[in-house]
Amino acid sequence: MVDALVFFIAAAVCLTGALGVILARNPVHSALMLVMTLFGIAVQFVAQEAHFLAAVQVIVYAGAIVVLFLFVIMLLGVDRAQDLELSILPGQRWAALVFGAGSLMVLGALIVVVGEPVTGAKSVGGSASTAENVRLLARSLFSDHVYAFELTSLLLVIAVIGAVVLARKPSQSELPLVEERGEN
Amino acid sequence: MTGDPLYLDGVDLTDLGIMLIKVLVAFTFLLVATMFMVWFERKLISDMQNRIGPNVAGPWGLLQTFADGVKFFFKEDLRPENADPLIFRLAPYISAVTAFLSFAVVPIGGSFGGGDSGTVTIFGRETFLQVADPPIGILLLLAMSSIAVYGVMLAGWASGSKYPLIGSVRASAQAISYEAALGMATVVVVVLAGTLSTHGIVAAQSGGITRWFLISSGIVPFVVFLIAATAELNRPPFDLVEAEQELVGGFHTEYSSIRFALFFLAEFMNVITMSAIMVTLFFGGPAGPILFGMTWFWPTVWFLLKVLAFLFVFVWFRATLPRLRYDQLMHLGWKLLIPLILFWLMFISLKELRAAYDWNWLVTYGSAILALAVGTALLLAALRAGDRVYREELEDA
Repeated sequence: MVDALVFFIAAAVCLTGALGVILARNPVHSALMLVMTLFGIAVQFVAQEAHFLAAVQVIVYAGAIVVLFLFVIMLLGVDRAQDLELSILPGQRWAALVFGAGSLMVLGALIVVVGEPVTGAKSVGGSASTAENVRLLARSLFSDHVYAFELTSLLLVIAVIGAVVLARKPSQSELPLVEERGEN
Repeated sequence: MTGDPLYLDGVDLTDLGIMLIKVLVAFTFLLVATMFMVWFERKLISDMQNRIGPNVAGPWGLLQTFADGVKFFFKEDLRPENADPLIFRLAPYISAVTAFLSFAVVPIGGSFGGGDSGTVTIFGRETFLQVADPPIGILLLLAMSSIAVYGVMLAGWASGSKYPLIGSVRASAQAISYEAALGMATVVVVVLAGTLSTHGIVAAQSGGITRWFLISSGIVPFVVFLIAATAELNRPPFDLVEAEQELVGGFHTEYSSIRFALFFLAEFMNVITMSAIMVTLFFGGPAGPILFGMTWFWPTVWFLLKVLAFLFVFVWFRATLPRLRYDQLMHLGWKLLIPLILFWLMFISLKELRAAYDWNWLVTYGSAILALAVGTALLLAALRAGDRVYREELEDA
């Protein structure tokens, strides 16, 4: 009873937030709606006794990633509601509509065809006692999923190095800027 | 032993009552402590600067903060025309609520060690002297401190004017930079304690000063934590967020009346909470000798004394240290604190692993140093090669 209540309230918060992200006119409002969704998901994690995941969800996603989004939004000053008609690609709206409806249909078909467990994935350690959360997660990450884990970290390192290379400036200030040397 | 023994055998009305009392006590304590913290800071800085400080309201000016609070309530609440109405109102509450919530996980008393597990008996029920002991314990604090950034950031943005916006952009960059160091310093303690729960962390430090994580983690994490915490709190010398000389009042320039009071309250509450967290992580929490009678009384006294010492340190920082320049702030955070604490975390983890699996220490540390040397050499070579290629490209151009 309480579980169901928690689930429905958190789910409503998630969905309201998700709708808010795409419907809000102001990018900062969208980002805040995203935070709301993330909090809803964190509550769902707690309800599943995955306390550690809930904390990580809040610390990493709400605390770091969305803060970075906001940082960029504020720094670039795109926080005014812009005229969306001007920056649109030709046919973009129709394409978005088609692909959106398509993926919704695929998802719906999957749920109908597969039946109850949509993904069939099992939880890492069953219903874990709360203290064992971190241990089970670590064991799973560093044994069963170690290749995926290491590959992901490699991907992130590559992304970081790429960003640094792109953003790097010459050490002496009198050297020409990056744009100029690209001309040659 | 996991979780508060209060909830082990179901929850009835008495348990609920105890819970409510704990929440009320923590809330009141934090409010009153904040009031005196403001007075304490003003008085202490006055002393350090050869001034008298507040001395009119009440004995020794003790009621000055109270008078200020009343004044805030009766002032006009202004909202700039360009402000975002909803978020402008929301921001102060985010700051204040997160400041209150982080205090909930701090154990403020209870005798640990010996046969005691830090429980206190109230109305015939055993319970911990902390509002909540969630299994993620210390992570809740990190989560709250990362949410607290929103308060500052949104306040600055929603004000719709220049100086607050600059203040809030600085705030977000600073908070993200120092959160990493803060988090990793905490992880060192978590590795040593083997648990995330604040109660467990305190229990792991029981049994004498040498067991305090300040010493057994080798002081480095504590120093990093103290610096990063000062930066997270936006306290001097890291108060670029509200640097008066450059930004008028920083993120709260446009705030007045009770909303400003909420920011003010949150800031000082965070100082108290951070001090309490440092005591919990590195100074054994409420640990201390029990002098006579009343076992439950002394731990709380020791805890409060330790917190008071840290409050003094924060005021001392403010009175003596000049503000860092922005590039110095980033340099300190990214190039000094993070590599240092990362190295220390690896070292402590290795030490713990070696002890746990009883590895040969020569092989363990030998291979670690070898790996470190190879890694450093590769990194230096890559940097040098990168520089060379870059220079050649420049000459060609």
